[in-house]
Amino acid sequence: MSAPLLEIENLRVSFPTQKGIIDVVRGVSFTLGRERLGIVGESGSGKSMTGRAILKLIRAPGTIRADTFRFDGIDLLKQTEKAMRRIRGARISMVMQDPKFSLNPVMTVGEQIAEALQTHQRLSRRETQKRVLTMLEAVRIDDPERVAGLYPHEISGGMGQRVMIAMMLIPEPDLLIADEPTSALDVSVQAQVLDIIDEQVRRKGMGLIFISHDLNLVSSYCDRILVMNTGEIVEECQAGELRNAVHPYTRGLIAAIPRLDETRDELPVLDRSAWVAK
Amino acid sequence: MTALSLKHLDISYGETQITHGISLDIAEGESFALVGESGSGKSTVLKAVAGLAPQWTGSITVFGQPRSHGIDQHFARHCQMVFQDPYGSLHPRKTIDAILSEPLAIHGIGNQNSRVEDMLVAVGLDRKFRFRYPHQLSGGQRQRVAIARALMLEPKLLLLDEPTSALDVSVQAEILNLLKRLRRQQNLTFLMVTHNLPVVSFLCDRLAVMRHGRIVEIADVADLKRGALQEPYSRELMDISVAHAG
Ligand SMILES: Nc1ncnc2c1ncn2[C@@H]1O[C@H](COP(=O)(O)OP(=O)(O)OP(=O)(O)O)[C@@H](O)[C@H]1O
Ligand SMILES: Nc1ncnc2c1ncn2[C@@H]1O[C@H](COP(=O)(O)OP(=O)(O)OP(=O)(O)O)[C@@H](O)[C@H]1O
Ligand SMILES: [Mg+2]
Ligand SMILES: [Mg+2]
Repeated sequence: MSAPLLEIENLRVSFPTQKGIIDVVRGVSFTLGRERLGIVGESGSGKSMTGRAILKLIRAPGTIRADTFRFDGIDLLKQTEKAMRRIRGARISMVMQDPKFSLNPVMTVGEQIAEALQTHQRLSRRETQKRVLTMLEAVRIDDPERVAGLYPHEISGGMGQRVMIAMMLIPEPDLLIADEPTSALDVSVQAQVLDIIDEQVRRKGMGLIFISHDLNLVSSYCDRILVMNTGEIVEECQAGELRNAVHPYTRGLIAAIPRLDETRDELPVLDRSAWVAK
Repeated sequence: MTALSLKHLDISYGETQITHGISLDIAEGESFALVGESGSGKSTVLKAVAGLAPQWTGSITVFGQPRSHGIDQHFARHCQMVFQDPYGSLHPRKTIDAILSEPLAIHGIGNQNSRVEDMLVAVGLDRKFRFRYPHQLSGGQRQRVAIARALMLEPKLLLLDEPTSALDVSVQAEILNLLKRLRRQQNLTFLMVTHNLPVVSFLCDRLAVMRHGRIVEIADVADLKRGALQEPYSRELMDISVAHAG
């Protein structure tokens, strides 16, 4: 493996609350090469905050600290907001968990994808338009001309996710952070959209951080998996080995997945006392 | 009794017709799933029933009452919707407490304090979240607030648009168990949109598969569990789900 794309040591994200400062990410460390890294874990475990921290998109009064926090050799903590703006989109892009909220409500989706492309490349209007439509088609939008002219509130949940993915892939970033990018897609469209992301990983050597609740999906799609619980990484494994995970927390998550031939009347829920005591 | 009956429902936005001849009957106490292609019109069907997509022809009947084309206060008491995107549907400048109390205030229901408290427990949200704002919660925590809000009025028909797709499997299990229990205790009727077939297996009795604005198949969940859906498109979805679970 070449030099890592991302090196993170002891990352902490904190928020002041009425009861004092709380750490929502507590000493997370990992490195990422040109590979597909999955992050799973319960709701509220700090997955999105970890992703946002990498782009320094934690809103004040939240704070980020780390011992090492480097992207492609650049110390992210030392970058000014202006420098970060040059990195965002062009070099590191993030598909936000709630795309329709993250899209600009007063611009059509076509205009927004065009804008993302322009940060990367100078092209004529016609060429830009063509690339936008091709990209929409690539993410399985059947009638790209109509959809390019729609505003975010006029598209479906899954179309919003695909528009966001199109926007984030079109500048060909070095690192893509995808936060629940396909949770609103039917399995058939999902498979095709993942193929497009995969293509950029293989062809351009893009690194991918894939945050998802879907353990089956992550274990079949990623190379390596981190399991987070209350702001910490509790287990790390090769993706194919997720089924053999040993941490009781990870095992609890796996047991809670419903099956297509489900016969249980009630799904097991996590017994948090099982590992919190440690 | 039939809780919800749709007949030849064609729904449009402006010039664009989205659904074509949607017909289905859901019995009181039944849990019915709407699955299918992204963009095929599933949310649009729910919105029409809830009065949020007023441009339709055909008929919508809820507990024997024909539904008008707009918002209907009386109707809201019996039929509530949980929206697909949990950010957009919660008021950004209201605390969770205000969001949950509001429907009670509008409908003149007392005992607000304890009802809010009980509901937070029911959806598995710690009391520390009660006076926070939506942006101070994670995606899954927000979705639980949205579900809690819909349940505050104890509706008889619940329209659920991807209620657990923003939730991790452990919280999903808690919410699915909760929905199942509520349905048993209060004889609730569900119309639920989801793309997760195993969730359908766990919670639903029947399902309709949609593509390009039409229903291509209506089947019993027993058929889904046995892998016996008929239409090629339904089978495609089923096969990928099986492969996926490894
Ligand atoms: N502004 C804030 N102030 C205080 N706490 C916050 C704030 N924003 C987020 N949090 C808390 O940080 C924790 C981690 O949030 P994060 O969004 O990273 O969770 P997540 O793992 O992405 O969960 P989900 O799967 O539900 O999206 C949560 O418990 C959340 O309540
Ligand atoms: N307000 C609107 N104005 C114009 N078109 C709209 C509007 N809302 C939805 N549409 C269109 O209606 C179609 C169906 O959307 P809908 O949200 O019902 O799909 P869906 O089946 O719920 O998809 P998903 O699974 O992705 O959420 C889409 O083509 C969408 O662009
Ligand atoms: Mg998140
Ligand atoms: Mg939808």
